[in-house]
Amino acid sequence: MTALRRAGLALLALAAVTLVGLWHLNFNDGIPVAGPPPAAADAATVQRGAYLARVGNCLACHTARGGQPAAGGRPIATPFGTVYTSNLTPDDDTGIGRWSAAAFWRAMHHGRSADGRLLNPVFPYTHTTLLTRADSNALLAYFRSLPPLHQRPAAHELRWPYGTQAALAVWRALYFRPGGAAGDASLGERAQRGAYLVHGVAHCSACHAARDRLGGADWRDLSGGPIPGMGWYAPSLLARHEAAVGDWPGAEIAALLHTGASRLGVASGPMAEVVFQGTQYLSADDLADVAAYLKALPPQATPPAAPAAPPTRTRLATAGEKLYGQKCAACHGEQGEGVPGAYPPLAGNRAVTMAQTQNLLQVMLYGGFGPATAGRPRPFGMPPFVLELNDAEIASVLSHIRTAWGNRAAEVSPLDVLQMRQASSGNLR
Amino acid sequence: MTLAAPWRHPMKALRAPEMLRRLGRAWLWAALALAGASTAVRAAPFQDDMAQRTLACIACHGEQGRAGPDGYYPRLAGKPAGYLYHQLLNFRDGRRHYGLMTRLVDVLSDDYLMDIARHFAAMQVPYPPPAPPASPPPAEVLARGRTLALQGDAGQRLPACVQCHGQRLTGALPDVPGLLGLPQDYLTAQLGGWRTGQRRAHAPDCMGSIVQRLSDRDAYAVVSWLALQPVPADARPAPERPEPEAEWADLKCGTAPAIRGRP
Repeated sequence: MTALRRAGLALLALAAVTLVGLWHLNFNDGIPVAGPPPAAADAATVQRGAYLARVGNCLACHTARGGQPAAGGRPIATPFGTVYTSNLTPDDDTGIGRWSAAAFWRAMHHGRSADGRLLNPVFPYTHTTLLTRADSNALLAYFRSLPPLHQRPAAHELRWPYGTQAALAVWRALYFRPGGAAGDASLGERAQRGAYLVHGVAHCSACHAARDRLGGADWRDLSGGPIPGMGWYAPSLLARHEAAVGDWPGAEIAALLHTGASRLGVASGPMAEVVFQGTQYLSADDLADVAAYLKALPPQATPPAAPAAPPTRTRLATAGEKLYGQKCAACHGEQGEGVPGAYPPLAGNRAVTMAQTQNLLQVMLYGGFGPATAGRPRPFGMPPFVLELNDAEIASVLSHIRTAWGNRAAEVSPLDVLQMRQASSGNLR
Repeated sequence: MTLAAPWRHPMKALRAPEMLRRLGRAWLWAALALAGASTAVRAAPFQDDMAQRTLACIACHGEQGRAGPDGYYPRLAGKPAGYLYHQLLNFRDGRRHYGLMTRLVDVLSDDYLMDIARHFAAMQVPYPPPAPPASPPPAEVLARGRTLALQGDAGQRLPACVQCHGQRLTGALPDVPGLLGLPQDYLTAQLGGWRTGQRRAHAPDCMGSIVQRLSDRDAYAVVSWLALQPVPADARPAPERPEPEAEWADLKCGTAPAIRGRP
């Protein structure tokens, strides 16, 4: 046997092993999904499913703007193309009308559709894999209780090869293992239950973890990252200088998730949507559990060293002081102190001094309201300045608030503003 | 919304040619000097009321509506509450399209949107006189516009504007907006929006179906005439929609389901 032939055989064997490995990791779950759909469930189960669908924010993605709830069709932008969400109403042909309980469980737990296809991980089965079988059944019971709508979502528009089954099989081999535990017993019962809600149900790390170039991440991580395709940064829940809440009273954490605002911070941008659509509906017990878990998270090991000397304020920042007085001080205060219950303070506000400035730019350019929740039904709003102030003016105001009143952060350049304007120009159409 | 993420490409900042950067700097100081020179009026001290809560709206729409760099922001004051409420829902639920508006109302409840609508509906702000057009339309165009607005054209299945928008064209409670005091560009853009499906209302979308039958020539005529009409001193909408004449009895318009306990 020549060396060449031996090498060829070795390569063939390697390829075969790889294929078998991929098959085993992706398709060898051994769950029989044949069988009829489950009979109508009792009211308590449906209610439990409705609650999970609410606080897990299923409907935010699985409902098109102005469309029937859960009927899908909403476009989700990703770095790899656009994905259209599926129809979860019990329509036989276009929804989940024929799905057995095992098929639904396999989708939640293994990320495979009833027909055996590997699902696109825009559906966070990387997180729902933690759900118990009982909660999966309750969710199915809830979706089956909705009026069916015959509506086939548009086909995904993904660049090759990202939408192919082969690409998904490789991606899953790299980033997905079914099952596992959300948090270990050392946390105590309440925090462990909170970990289940944070990781399994609310899938917080879908945003609050950094993704790599292939969209993969450590799904138990909460150390923050840019949100793919949205132009916002989801701050770290471990870092004191970002959005860690370890030293907040539990009641303030609960208030933020329940009403959209607490005395120590407010939700804006995508988090305002999460509160509006999902977390405001968390029960008091579940809010306390989530708070217990978030408080128990290990603080980030290496906080960045504080700057030796305060950064010098350039003319950019000092010029911003005058504009601040004209445009911002009436609400946020001459000394950046804010108005309790209405406008957040800017002095000592982590959202202002974070190294990542995209959230500040988003809020300054496009404004926004806090979420209107049962606990805070008439929130105040920030006006958009995208049409009123130019890049230099916005950079100078932001540089001012990042360096005044004891704030010690780097200035924002007009180029930063310009780049954000260009990246988000779709907002002005 | 698909965004390239500029913060992932810090190298871009370094690639900008030096010349451009210097120009940018000069422009920056000029802009800041201008900003310093303008005498902006300071907002009133904080009060826990709807005026305070709607500062984000006034920033663009102003008191009387105003032109912006990317279009015209229509006035909100004095419009029927039901009309304003429907428009807020339409932006939130994808029947009207403007990213900035959608972002602002995305996390607001039906109840709060109705509060905002009522706040602006209750405001009475005088209208400015109509701006003289840059190129006045020919008399026959204005005559055709007047006919369409006041009599309609039964042959084209076009009801008169006054059929729904009030005999004085100042709108009708609870849902129908007035058509006066709006610039020609805005009116044209709205008719174009109805035509292309960019602007919609709850089904059955009566205005949408009328615009489908309206020719470009007639749209220009009616918009030209409307934009030249002065707004009466008392511009309040009619207390109810006029009773449709028999031939238009089938002209049905959809509305949002009423909020419980509210009209």
